[in-house]
Amino acid sequence: MNKDFQQGLRDIFPMMIAYAPIAVLWGTIAAGQGLSPFEAWLISAGVYSGAAQFVSIDLMKSGTPLLLLVLTIATVSLRHVLMSASVSRHIANLPRGKASLLLFWLTDEAWALIERRALERPITASYYMGVAIPLWPTWFLFCTLGALLGNSLGDTSRFGLDFAFAAMFIAVLAGFWKGPSTAMVLAVSAVIAVLSKLYLPGAWYILLGGIAGMLTALLGYRETVDE
Amino acid sequence: MNDSGLNIYLAILGMGLATYATRLAGYWLLHGRPIKGRLLVALEAVPPAILTAVIAPAVFLEGPVAVLAGAATLTSALLRLPLLVTIAVGVATVAMLRQLM
Repeated sequence: MNKDFQQGLRDIFPMMIAYAPIAVLWGTIAAGQGLSPFEAWLISAGVYSGAAQFVSIDLMKSGTPLLLLVLTIATVSLRHVLMSASVSRHIANLPRGKASLLLFWLTDEAWALIERRALERPITASYYMGVAIPLWPTWFLFCTLGALLGNSLGDTSRFGLDFAFAAMFIAVLAGFWKGPSTAMVLAVSAVIAVLSKLYLPGAWYILLGGIAGMLTALLGYRETVDE
Repeated sequence: MNDSGLNIYLAILGMGLATYATRLAGYWLLHGRPIKGRLLVALEAVPPAILTAVIAPAVFLEGPVAVLAGAATLTSALLRLPLLVTIAVGVATVAMLRQLM
């Protein structure tokens, strides 16, 4: 193992431990909604995104049409566009094919560590691989383990586990607070999502609430420029 | 859950391609160009807006237990308790209230 790879692995190691219980939790919920351990493995290895995976269980449970499912998951994952754009500054020297392959393993955690390291020294392919790839098997193995456990637990709602994804999102949401402008975005998304859920069939509420919040932020932006 | 086995594998493939596409998009579409102005504001607003859109119906449309558990979770989150502790508070509140009600 080369030095940069080792350093990357050392940087990501605490995250590998911190995310194991969340992966197990996702697997348990997935099993509670009828997914087999194999399907749980396939989703966690192929989609490889906590937020998208928690949303996906909800969507698949309600039998969402394929196109809406894919659109919603893409929207949930839009933050990756920002991360991949900012990381591309640091991997511009890599061949495009290799860079594209490495981007499969781009996660919030790997991105944060790469940006931090890039403040001090250039990012090598070895460092990227060390920081990004080890989290992947950790994640999908613990997701699958959770699904195996969940199958023996049966219906997890009696432990309140059906609320776990909402609880996790509330916790993550608190980190996005940037002051009063955020309040407006959140209020509009919440109202539109609740109304959509009440009056529209299926899972349109996530997409519509998200778009409404984004438009609210854009309106706020125009105001600050005109002033 | 979708009925047929084929449907679930199509769904997983679609979701996998969708997330990979977002991971590639910033590199291929915006390569070298800085994200700023309207695009930055719009993209930055998406994650909290989506999170809210997922949470709001789960908290406000599922009865008093979910509202109370949501409040307890939010309090823990604002107190900056660790992620897993915050989740545990929400889950434990739901489990407890269901026993009581």
